[in-house]
Amino acid sequence: MINHWIGKKILTFFMEVGRLWRLFILLIIATRYLFGRMDLVLKQMRVIGVNSLPLISVVSIFTGAVTAWQAVYQFNGVMPEGMTIDFLGAAVNAAILIELSPVLAGIVIAGRVGASIAAELGTMKVTEQIDALETLAIDPIRYLAGPRFVAGWTMMPVLVIYSNIIAHLGAFVVSKFLIGVSSATFFGSIQRYFSVYNVYSGLIKAFIFGGGTALIGCSIGFNTEGGAEGVGKSTIKAFVFSSAFILIADYILAMILF
Amino acid sequence: MIKINNLSKSFNGKPVLQNINLTIPDGKTMVIVGQSGCGKTVLLRSIIGLMHPDSGSILINNKDITKMSQSELFQVRLDFGMLFQGAALFDSMTVRENVGLALNEHTTLSREQISEKVDERLSMVGLDTIGDKYPSELSGGMKKRVGLARALIMDPKYVLYDEPTTGLDPIMSEQINKLIMDTHSQLDVTSIIVTHDMHSAFTVGDIIAMIVDGRVIFCGTVDEFQSSDHEYVKRFAVLQFGAS
Ligand SMILES: Nc1ncnc2c1ncn2[C@@H]1O[C@H](COP(=O)(O)OP(=O)(O)O)[C@@H](O)[C@H]1O
Ligand SMILES: [Mg+2]
Repeated sequence: MINHWIGKKILTFFMEVGRLWRLFILLIIATRYLFGRMDLVLKQMRVIGVNSLPLISVVSIFTGAVTAWQAVYQFNGVMPEGMTIDFLGAAVNAAILIELSPVLAGIVIAGRVGASIAAELGTMKVTEQIDALETLAIDPIRYLAGPRFVAGWTMMPVLVIYSNIIAHLGAFVVSKFLIGVSSATFFGSIQRYFSVYNVYSGLIKAFIFGGGTALIGCSIGFNTEGGAEGVGKSTIKAFVFSSAFILIADYILAMILF
Repeated sequence: MIKINNLSKSFNGKPVLQNINLTIPDGKTMVIVGQSGCGKTVLLRSIIGLMHPDSGSILINNKDITKMSQSELFQVRLDFGMLFQGAALFDSMTVRENVGLALNEHTTLSREQISEKVDERLSMVGLDTIGDKYPSELSGGMKKRVGLARALIMDPKYVLYDEPTTGLDPIMSEQINKLIMDTHSQLDVTSIIVTHDMHSAFTVGDIIAMIVDGRVIFCGTVDEFQSSDHEYVKRFAVLQFGAS
């Protein structure tokens, strides 16, 4: 009984991975065609990128703020006070660049973009709009998934750069006005320990998280069945799958990159 | 000519279409009637390659659509227009964008030329004033008419209708029937209409085929259908008119 259930779950998982892989290959092929369709890509870049800025701003500023606050709290008692102040900028900087910005922005995008792609394409699937596209001899993978996929992997690094800046701002404000670290000390610390590799690794993560989220949203959307209820299920599934993908990929990338 | 040979399809072991044989000559209108759930939509979707039969063949001008690659299939679909049961309009686009999409994607016509053609099709279905509305602002009958305008935009040779009058009031049904006939005479198309509305079937059809339990139990002209001795055929026609 339980064996049967587990077996079925494992089978569905591999089917899902197979679908993702197939769609991924088709999307890579479709990318060539998208060079001529910048109108479609730009529209999705706006939806995925520009429209996510307010949410990313809120998440990033508080992430930066709490990181600075927690860093001081954790360092206290472990290090002499002078050293805490000295390390604060550097610690916050590394944490934001490597982990916090890519992963938190990634999960916010999984919720906002991955889920909305799945809901939009899922609705189109269950109301036969995708079939209608096919009867008009328009390939839904090129026309619908392609622009979303390209916008996903191009806009995510941009969002992460933006998130880096806003998070540093949040951390700086807390450090200066609540902890009492001078601007010179804070930025001096960042400068002394700064490694450009941290920026790159964060952007590589962003690229993979963004592409993965869009891919998962499209695949789940295209395979939606069962009316409004099915669309609801797909929406949740897209969020769960893409968040899980981000956390697992983050771990794997950490092993590779560091 | 569309020729369907020994077409069978089942879902999860449950047979839906069994050994369907039908021929639709060029320029004719075939109406396929049958109870809800008898497989009419599955048949229509198979003809345009949205579903793949388990066995059998569908020949469009002697080319088997069931054996085509994706790109060949897209090529053949340029000759087809399909009106979906729920119209299936793209709800993120205006009426004009819906109707003009295929021209935008497949031709090099200028914006003005496309606009002109869209206007022509919209006025053909009697909807020249609603081009800038979104599908959510339209009634069921209007959606179907926009769906028809969209299906006809590429001047198809074959037009497929999935229950064009189902769920419409009698006056709107009559309008749609008239549109189907106008389309047929003005654009010289071959049509397949799937319905359980016998009045519509008799009005627009040249040939009527009846499907019961996934099999064709009758295929003939409207006159032959009306004078048929077949038990089920008689019962279906009588009950339909009795009910409405
Ligand atoms: N994608 C599908 N998966 C499983 N069963 C299906 C699918 N499409 C249709 N069916 C089944 O096939 C039968 C015929 O469906 P359909 O062709 O839609 O009937 P109708 O004649 O009312 O259009 C129904 O029993 C339906 O449940
Ligand atoms: Mg149907």
